[in-house]
Amino acid sequence: MNRPIRRVAIAVGVLMVALLLNLNFVQVVKSDAYRNNQNNKRVILNEYANPRGSIIVQGTPIAESVPTKDELKYLRKYPNGPTYADLTGWYSLVYDKNGLEEAEDGLLSGRDSRLLGSRITDLLTGRTPKGGSISLTLNKAAQQAAFKGLGGRRGAVVALDPRTGALLAAASSPSYDPAVLSSHNLDSIQAAYKKLSRDTDQPLLPRAFQASYPPGSVMKVIVAAAALRAGRKPTTVIPAPTVYDLPDGGTMRNFNGESCGNGKTTTLIAALTISCNTAFGHLGVDVGQPAVEDEANLFGMDGQDFAVPLTVSGSTMGQIGNGSQLAQSSIGQFNVQMTPLQAAMIAAAVENDGTLMQPYVVQQELAPDLSVLKTTETHVLNQVLPSDLDKELQQMMESVVKNGTGTKAQIEGETVGGKTGTADNSDAQGRPLPPHAWFTGYAADPEHPIAVAVVLENAGVRGDESAGGEAAAPLARDVMKAYLDDTSGR
Amino acid sequence: MTQTTGEIRVPTRRSAELMLLVFAIGIVFCAEAIVEATRDGRVNSHLLTDSVVPLAAGVIAHLVIRRVAPYADPLLLPIVVLLNGLGLVMIHRLDLGLKQQSDDGTGPRFTGAAAPTQIVWTALGLLLFLLIIWLIRDHRVLSRYAYTLALAGMFFLILPSVLPARFSEVNGARIWIRVAGFSIQPGEFAKILLTIFAAAYLVTKRDVLSLAGRRFLGIDLPRGRDFAPLLVVWLICIGVLVRGHDLGSSLMFFGLFIVLLYVATERVSWVIVGVLLFAGGAYLAYQLFDNVQTRVTVWLHVFDYPDGIGLQVSQSLFGLGTGGLFGTGLGGGHPEIVPLPATDFIISSFGEELGLFGLVALLLVYVLFIARGFAVALAVRDTFGKLLATGLSFSIGLQLFVVVAGVTRLLPETGLTTPFLSYGGSSLLANYVLLALLLRISDAARRPPAPGKHVAAEPAHVAVPA
Repeated sequence: MNRPIRRVAIAVGVLMVALLLNLNFVQVVKSDAYRNNQNNKRVILNEYANPRGSIIVQGTPIAESVPTKDELKYLRKYPNGPTYADLTGWYSLVYDKNGLEEAEDGLLSGRDSRLLGSRITDLLTGRTPKGGSISLTLNKAAQQAAFKGLGGRRGAVVALDPRTGALLAAASSPSYDPAVLSSHNLDSIQAAYKKLSRDTDQPLLPRAFQASYPPGSVMKVIVAAAALRAGRKPTTVIPAPTVYDLPDGGTMRNFNGESCGNGKTTTLIAALTISCNTAFGHLGVDVGQPAVEDEANLFGMDGQDFAVPLTVSGSTMGQIGNGSQLAQSSIGQFNVQMTPLQAAMIAAAVENDGTLMQPYVVQQELAPDLSVLKTTETHVLNQVLPSDLDKELQQMMESVVKNGTGTKAQIEGETVGGKTGTADNSDAQGRPLPPHAWFTGYAADPEHPIAVAVVLENAGVRGDESAGGEAAAPLARDVMKAYLDDTSGR
Repeated sequence: MTQTTGEIRVPTRRSAELMLLVFAIGIVFCAEAIVEATRDGRVNSHLLTDSVVPLAAGVIAHLVIRRVAPYADPLLLPIVVLLNGLGLVMIHRLDLGLKQQSDDGTGPRFTGAAAPTQIVWTALGLLLFLLIIWLIRDHRVLSRYAYTLALAGMFFLILPSVLPARFSEVNGARIWIRVAGFSIQPGEFAKILLTIFAAAYLVTKRDVLSLAGRRFLGIDLPRGRDFAPLLVVWLICIGVLVRGHDLGSSLMFFGLFIVLLYVATERVSWVIVGVLLFAGGAYLAYQLFDNVQTRVTVWLHVFDYPDGIGLQVSQSLFGLGTGGLFGTGLGGGHPEIVPLPATDFIISSFGEELGLFGLVALLLVYVLFIARGFAVALAVRDTFGKLLATGLSFSIGLQLFVVVAGVTRLLPETGLTTPFLSYGGSSLLANYVLLALLLRISDAARRPPAPGKHVAAEPAHVAVPA
């Protein structure tokens, strides 16, 4: 009778082997598919089981997790959501993460390896494990002024501390409330996302960092820097024809066919002050493509994306094929593309005696107990001009605000420099659109300097170059003033 | 406690049993500590109850075994204590999860913890175990009461089907007796009683049954009149299936009977006939019964019904998949999402939190138990003991296979409990009875013959006084 018993035992063994093989299939081969199946809420439950760290601006959270009564233990809240949306991004059940929520996810979620110690302590002491927090470099007053000033118009404002590269403000408009994408209600999240992503004004686009525009006359600052480096002085007389016959065909005129100075020549400083197109087109060609491109590279326009840690699109002069294109590029048209942050970096570098600092937005990374894990160290990116030459460039930009196109940026008792821009652009079909209004500038306050760039999409009137000075400069001034008032306690 | 018989000293291995018992309790203790640390962030009083109860049960059982079954297999008891203890830990852990779910308003209302009830059942199981191993000093006594036990078994089996649904129906299956707040699944006991009967019956009839009848397609078919018992069992199983909607038990009974028939007669033809009959019955059931069709549909297209009929199995698979190789750690997953996580789906709860490695280890513990059971069947000298040990071991193996295959979608899910692990009194009690019987037979298998007394190599099935 032992033989059949052995056979039965073997049969049971075969059944067990079948179970083990099938378990390998379920738990290894299909593991990821099952884990990420849309009907499997385990991963999300875990993600929401512990409070996520906060994103803090001057002691006040702009993103924080608050306990809830429902199944997902913590809800992400965004006090002042729309004001800071381009920085915080969202934290969604359905649409993943975005902005700093994504860039700093390791720390905020508590997965960062530096938090391992505190996770173990939490386990032993019974505290709820919590993510780390980040404190930002932003200035509330500047950010508020920037967002309010934009007032829902399409555009962006970026403000930097020129000496450190710290972001003081970064507002994008129109904005959205990240809370609607971060709620616990799938249907409302999906409805909100559908509406936002279909909006032609692109509220989900963090314009301050990721929208690129032709910079128009803002580009002239870089060409002026290249000229100073090439030996020109602010007082150097340069050609400024009313009509500039471009070297490889085509002509360039000033707005409304106006002439600069005497219609033949002008000084470099005067050309910048009144933003003379033909003078700078000619100057770019005279200085030469390599010199202009090198200077643009030094200011950061190398076409490479970078992180602050939010992703910033690369700004670039584009491919320049001949002298005519170089002339166009020298006044910020043709293929030149610039982000608002890049425009702010230009003013910041000039203000900081030619030293361009690496922009950053995270001041400190904090452990759950708010002890400091890491303080961001400032980092010199480039010396865009030797400081003696940079002083001359400052003089020129300050002339723009004192008695040129940028007078609306003046602030009582402050040295303000800047450059306006009114950039032609067209839609996808090549039809011309109203020009973008630009201003980039700085207030050289000895204690609290600030550099600001403003872009307002299609805010001008075609053929009128005053948009930059009329629309963008006052907003830049308001942001600078708000910051100066705030820091000086006025 | 070593007895000498002439020159041969047979070790009793009781000390090994005690060591293994301590080892098993150590594992249970750690598991419960991990659950509490993960869920509550600190260790609490459950650690004591959930590990002391199995420890006490194990030690008491051990002491009694020392006295009344000194030569019993030393692995069986520690394995059962380990499984029962881990089951308790998981049931307690699921209590915490289900309560949480109820508080969050995302699950059914939490009506009370299951772990304390399971502890009571464990104590009752121990009592029943002690009673049986104390009273039945020789397993062969049982064959004397074969027909009485069979009647009792049939009664248990049929009772829920004839009772009004409100006394017997839970989740669509009429396999319960619900009296005064207690739910008993009498089928679990019927399984053991009928195994005893089948073993005893086959010992007397094996010679007749192994006579060849006609030869067909190279297979020696049994004689027509010998089909009768097989047909009766088959009909009973189908009957139970019809009345009780209990796919799992029906499969269990039939498989068990076929295997015993095969072991008794050593004729493969019985297996073939049995498989054909089962296939026919299954096909018939599929045609006739909605709930069988539903289970097959879920098996084939589980992800087409994520919220309806496929909820349980798909969530079970999600849990297992989320657990992956290493699992989420005890208390770290969400096994409570699967409906009935502590009974039918406790295996996926373990798979989610212990991962593939943990679950395979758990299954290997079962394999060890089953292997020891078959070893007992091979070693014991009397035919009745061989058949009974085979039947009991095979029933654990088959039940485990049907359960695990069901929750991992290898086969349609049938709704059986996992022996020793699952929440549920009847299952636990019945399996403690099974343990007692297996230990009793193993003691007989290893016990050296009493000096001076001649013991037949294959004693008759008639009972020897205890």
